[in-house]
Amino acid sequence: MSVNGNDQPLVELVDVAKTFDVSPPWLNRLLERKPRALLRAVNGVDLAIARGETFGLVGESGCGKSTVARLIVGLYRPTRGQIRYDGKRIDNLGAAPALRRNMQMIFQDPYASLNPRWRVADIVAEPLRVHPGDDVHSRADIIDRVARLLRQVGLAAADGSKYPHQFSGGQRQRISIARALAGSPAFLVCDEPTSALDVSVQAQVLNLMRKLQRELGLTYLFISHNLAVVHHIADRVAVMYLGRIVEQAPTKRIFGHPQHPYTRMLLDAVPDLELSGKARTAVAGEVPNPLSPPRGCAFHPRCPYANERCRDEIPRLKPARGWGGEATDVACHGVEEGRIPARVVATA
Amino acid sequence: MTGTPLLAVDRLRVEFPTRAGTLVAVDGVSLEIAPGEVLGVVGESGAGKSLTGAAIIGLIDPPGRIGAGEVRLGERRIDNLPPEQMRRVRGREIGAVFQDPLTSLNPLYTIGRQLIETITTHLDLSPREARRRALDLLAEVGITAPERRFDHYPHQFSGGMRQRVVIALALAAKPKLIIADEPTTALDVSIQAQIIALLKGLCREHGTAVMLITHDMGVIAETADRVAVMYAGRVVEVGPVADIIHRPQHPYTKGLMGSIPSIVAERENLAQIEGVMPRLDAIPAGCAFHPRCPYAFDRCKRERPELMRADATRSACWLVVR
Repeated sequence: MSVNGNDQPLVELVDVAKTFDVSPPWLNRLLERKPRALLRAVNGVDLAIARGETFGLVGESGCGKSTVARLIVGLYRPTRGQIRYDGKRIDNLGAAPALRRNMQMIFQDPYASLNPRWRVADIVAEPLRVHPGDDVHSRADIIDRVARLLRQVGLAAADGSKYPHQFSGGQRQRISIARALAGSPAFLVCDEPTSALDVSVQAQVLNLMRKLQRELGLTYLFISHNLAVVHHIADRVAVMYLGRIVEQAPTKRIFGHPQHPYTRMLLDAVPDLELSGKARTAVAGEVPNPLSPPRGCAFHPRCPYANERCRDEIPRLKPARGWGGEATDVACHGVEEGRIPARVVATA
Repeated sequence: MTGTPLLAVDRLRVEFPTRAGTLVAVDGVSLEIAPGEVLGVVGESGAGKSLTGAAIIGLIDPPGRIGAGEVRLGERRIDNLPPEQMRRVRGREIGAVFQDPLTSLNPLYTIGRQLIETITTHLDLSPREARRRALDLLAEVGITAPERRFDHYPHQFSGGMRQRVVIALALAAKPKLIIADEPTTALDVSIQAQIIALLKGLCREHGTAVMLITHDMGVIAETADRVAVMYAGRVVEVGPVADIIHRPQHPYTKGLMGSIPSIVAERENLAQIEGVMPRLDAIPAGCAFHPRCPYAFDRCKRERPELMRADATRSACWLVVR
């Protein structure tokens, strides 16, 4: 799994949970006798991201994937659990500012994540001004480095003197990437980086991200609701449903031999060009309200294989049997008991 | 295509006068939809696909206007109807489904009331019959326990359920054509699949034609009979869905297809179309795609290509006759 022979994962999450208090105000609770409401956005997630890999995290809206991203980069503090970077804990804020410099985030909306009043050169230079690093000593160094970064992401050095509104969505996302790379991070958290872009522009950005990964040895956590994009870019994939990981495996395995009924359902739901004209199994139901998740396995109300045990007991993420070396981890009683018929998706 | 098309758009031009000059957002678009046919209209943002749809149902916001061309529904020309008559065409003969179901429903009225209003506007039914029809429609679009849901407000529905209500509204007066503009874009994939299946099923049952506007080629592949690909306000290629996907002729269509990641095929790198779509105030002369086209030659820079027969599709590209 590891690229440079070091077996310690670069980023590790151990039983991480994040609960938001979305209760009505105190007075309303008192007068209207409303109870406290807790939203368990992330509910016991274990992850290990190896050096140099692209780890894909997929799921539908509200499954907690963006919360995981924000927990890792420290925008939220976990309610429970540990987050480690390079073996050192980073979950208590302020504990490891030096480590945090190694990670950066790319956001979904390139229109909202760039300051419209700043010139592009200033936007890209901001991380350098905050953390100058070893090779930046003077203004000239900064200017030099910004020009290099802009060229690296496929823009011209002269673009630095323009404002964000002078760029298209794809070019803005390139600026976001240049800014993220400014502090020479090892790890990038990309939260739906191409979801706001047109397909041809998305292709440009995905190709750029791959090129940068090869050149700089970056590790990516790539979050997306778009399974095709994740299939294209990720080495390993975890599927989330209502705050938990339900399946995790190398990309080929998860797309070729999906185990969890939810993963299968998601894959069935993706319209794909090669499937033109072929009938798909329609999927019933919707994601339940995360404020009152179902008992037992959160997926059981939509699952065709659910039984008593599924309604009662929350399944843990365990290696699925019978898959040799490259194991799939699945959180499903049905898979564990062998109740769910095997299915193979044709891979071209 | 045989017989009179249900909808015929002929050299439609939508323009926006500005101080800096007139911007042409839709430039000479011609399309035909046969009864019961699903025509997919794809393109990237700014290609003019939504404006084409809006122009057909007479919903271009001023100062935008139809500068030239015709829209005919059956034998009748509808692009020059007075607003009052156009209102009657909209809903009665052409239904509409938009991207965001929350903004196409009135948050202050129950969905039952909105359905009854639409039904009684277009059909001559008593209140009791209208209610009956509204309940039938809700059941038809897959809303469970319609009696109970009838008096609920839009915010009490999930996104997928809201889009079902919008589809029920579009179908309320039994139109012959539905214009669906990105109907599944705001929805999660599993819900998107449900809505596509629903639209497809309903149209087959009622023989309703659909103009499906979307940027998602996957949705088109699943749904459409024919596809029109738009670029910079023009149709660059039109043809049967399988041919557009597997044997595209226009270089833009080829690039577009290659840039779509797949959950089946393995690719090292995605095909890349260099550059971006031109802004409306800087559409190149000749073929609008020529600055990005790897095959462009002299003629492409000078003369604008019309749609020409190329293999199974029609492609607006000089390569066809070279």
